[in-house]
Amino acid sequence: MTSLDRILLLLTGILAAYQVAVGVNGLDEVPIIAYTIGFGVLLVAGLLLIILGFEALDSPIVVVVSTVIPLAIALGLVWEHLASFRTSYLVFAIVGFLAVTLTRSIPVPGKIPTLVLAVVHGIAGLTIFLLPPILAANGTMKPTFALVGLGGALIGLAGLLLSFLKAGKPIVPRETILKILPSLLLLMTVCFVAGFKFG
Amino acid sequence: MSTASITNHQLPITKKIALYLPLTKPSQSGLLLATGVAGYMSAHTPPSLPLLLVMCASLFLAIGGSTILNMWYDHDIDAKMRRTQKRPNASGELTRAEIFRGGMIASVLGIGWAVAIHPLYGFVVFLGWFFDVVVYTLWLKRRTCWSIVWGGISGAMPILAGRVLAVGEVEIIGLLLAASVLFWIPTHTLTFSIKFFDDYNAARVPTFPSTYGFETTRAIIALSSIIAAASIGTASVMIGVQAGVLRLLIVLSSGLLLLSFATIFRPSERVNFSLFKYASLYMLAAMILLSV
Repeated sequence: MTSLDRILLLLTGILAAYQVAVGVNGLDEVPIIAYTIGFGVLLVAGLLLIILGFEALDSPIVVVVSTVIPLAIALGLVWEHLASFRTSYLVFAIVGFLAVTLTRSIPVPGKIPTLVLAVVHGIAGLTIFLLPPILAANGTMKPTFALVGLGGALIGLAGLLLSFLKAGKPIVPRETILKILPSLLLLMTVCFVAGFKFG
Repeated sequence: MSTASITNHQLPITKKIALYLPLTKPSQSGLLLATGVAGYMSAHTPPSLPLLLVMCASLFLAIGGSTILNMWYDHDIDAKMRRTQKRPNASGELTRAEIFRGGMIASVLGIGWAVAIHPLYGFVVFLGWFFDVVVYTLWLKRRTCWSIVWGGISGAMPILAGRVLAVGEVEIIGLLLAASVLFWIPTHTLTFSIKFFDDYNAARVPTFPSTYGFETTRAIIALSSIIAAASIGTASVMIGVQAGVLRLLIVLSSGLLLLSFATIFRPSERVNFSLFKYASLYMLAAMILLSV
């Protein structure tokens, strides 16, 4: 890991810390908890990447961690903007997290772990990707809120790259993924923080 | 006369003074100094910059002085450990008499200055020095692994001293802040003693891993991390930090606890190293957050 990578990850961590400490002020209790978990995990993961280097990505916990971030942010968004789906999405988030954790902790036959991961990741990712631009387009939120959707697209891309890498079938070479990952994480966090602040 | 001491006498005074810098363990002393500043700032009274500056100077001299005296006494241990063999006390770049003089001058200046600033603050600074030099280094370090408790109490004094200087008394928040540093120190030093297990054994320094084994040591690390995080959390609530700062502290504390439990349930060199590094970052971040 180069010094530039470490600087980019540190900036990502600082932005995530800002979002936890300042960015969620004034929201309801559940979105505050959800965003704190999402950005908090991003902050701690960034610090561990700085400490351990990209070797940290070899840990089996990476799959669970990379699920928590989109799941928590998606829950916060739904709770804030889709009142009728609050309870059902909360149940989905809890069950989805437990399902991913369980299928990664105990031996499960066939493609069930992959299927569970794809469903949970897919729904959470699409929620973050689609909901903010829709809210921006129909005037509920300011146009800049669409940046959160862009962050969702980037987190989806990062999740996809890491998932295929962990599965041993990388879409692009491992070196390329590791080269762009810090920039991708920073850009994603910038989009989230800017979208929430100015949206 | 050894080659090292001949070279030593020919050194210009500025270079000789520069040799004292590694003897103060700059990163460790810097972190302890940061806890002192955080203790002062945690009172959230209008800060006096001149007072803060003289506090930093006196505290650094006292901490640096006690660390130099520790190096003076432990020169034989440092010479045996690969990690410390190149320090000026072990390599002979500074003579033992020079190191002792340097340590005593810094200590007397630091403690004297601290007493002059505020007697109670000076007393707390002196206690920190006393526990480090007399109780930890001279008396217990070579006898029992429990010496780190006293080293920990010494390390907890700067934050208490800073708080005392700001509020003028020893109160419950100051004691909680001191407890948070006291219980953070095992997280730091015990992971260190696991990482450099062979070095400490070679130097015949009793440590928790060599006395109670790795498993028990890891359990103590986890337990002390929980108490450290709880102490910082309680102190933060009593200080009345903003909700956002408290959230951030909870997030960072969660990372510390997760790594602590990982050292028990998934022990490895990598987890141990990451806990060691994370614990330092955690303490620095917590000190900054308490100050805002």
